[in-house]
Amino acid sequence: MIRLSNIEKRFGDVTVLKGVTLTVAEGRVTALIGPSGGGKSTLLRCINLLEVPTSGSVRIGEEELTFHPGSKPNWPDVRRLRSQTGMVFQNFQLFPHRTAVENVMEGLVTVQKWPFGKAQERAMTLLQKVGMAHKADAWPATLSGGQQQRVAIARALAPFPRVLLCDEPTSALDPELSDEVVDVLGKLAEEGTTMVMATHDLRLASKIAHEVVFLESGQVVENGASRDLFSRPTRERTKRFIATLTQQGQH
Amino acid sequence: MLHWLTLMAGSLASLLWAALIFTVPLTLASFALGLTVGLAAAIIRLFGPAPLAAAVRFYVWIIRGTPLLVQLFLIFYGLPSAGIVLDAFPAALIGFTLNVGAYTSEIIRAVISSVPKGQWEAAYSIGMSWTQAMRRTILPQAARTAVPPLSNSFISLVKDTSLAAAITVPELFQAAQRIVATTYEPLILYVEVALIYLALSSVLSALQVRLEQRLGRYGGFLESKS
Repeated sequence: MIRLSNIEKRFGDVTVLKGVTLTVAEGRVTALIGPSGGGKSTLLRCINLLEVPTSGSVRIGEEELTFHPGSKPNWPDVRRLRSQTGMVFQNFQLFPHRTAVENVMEGLVTVQKWPFGKAQERAMTLLQKVGMAHKADAWPATLSGGQQQRVAIARALAPFPRVLLCDEPTSALDPELSDEVVDVLGKLAEEGTTMVMATHDLRLASKIAHEVVFLESGQVVENGASRDLFSRPTRERTKRFIATLTQQGQH
Repeated sequence: MLHWLTLMAGSLASLLWAALIFTVPLTLASFALGLTVGLAAAIIRLFGPAPLAAAVRFYVWIIRGTPLLVQLFLIFYGLPSAGIVLDAFPAALIGFTLNVGAYTSEIIRAVISSVPKGQWEAAYSIGMSWTQAMRRTILPQAARTAVPPLSNSFISLVKDTSLAAAITVPELFQAAQRIVATTYEPLILYVEVALIYLALSSVLSALQVRLEQRLGRYGGFLESKS
């Protein structure tokens, strides 16, 4: 279980998150939707502490950290919490100087000190799963965006995270390439991977998310089961936003 | 013409010997040490506490703002007045190391900050520490970008070691001067010594190309035309 309690995040004078509380059950997929600048990405990055919340607390499984304004959490605590997560970035951020399989092995070999052979075996299994085993020895620069993102998903999964965080995983891809990424994420969802994703991609959210959270101006406007929220949003603001997403999808 | 050739051939051995036992070791040692200083200085500038970073800026300011020849004179002829007496070779080594350190620290600082922030985040997201991210992710990418400007520094250094002649290091250029003093053939000897420096630099330029290819083999770079 992941529990974010009363998360507040300030950048200087700007408050980006205004006390967000959110629970994600094990094995469920939660989509964070909402207009740009609404705090989706920041909230996601607060889960693995790429952004340290100004106040509030983050709990993943047994690990919990509470934040206070003006005091920095200590590094071992940050790493302990972060090690419960894996992250997929909008622009993939594969390591360009490592091949596909080396990218996936990197966390296992460097951080977890796995022996090379064992790490390679796990990396190949994961590449197989995302349909990229045939490109194991390719440099990232030679792969399409969709292929890079699938390798990035395998890399994020390698160290057995409790939750996979996806920050706009399909936004840098054209519809065709984003399909292959949606398929892979859908498969992972079916297998019971816990995921939290920030997305504008209605297809991605409606296809694989169980829960949807609508965030605007740093606050949760509405949340609920994805089927309900997409078909019968209760708030006027949510209705309007979903209407714009649907229109986009038809073009 | 024949006179030229015999003179050049006759002096070549002693010139190459001076290059081999002074110019080359001085260049290699001060570049290696200078790079280490430069890396440390760059990391302090980027990540260190403010007072240390200010000290590094001061160091770079002094070294870049004063002539290398003056720095060498200060170390070799000046420091003895303060009770620090150094032999010529170590004095030159210290001078060149400090010089290389200051210039390369700016190059290294630039190439480290040119690696996208997302690469740090990707490294952190799979659990790496700062040191692991730096060593495994950031520096290897920065290294590729650093090869052309660092090669500039290296090639400049090879030629700058001729300044060590002024503080009595019997390196390549001083060897030529000594031969000129006995043969009275400055034109021939200085052309010859220029050609030897040119040859040394050419070897380094060729190595630069190889190194760029090797470090950039993962692609994604504009290739140079020739």
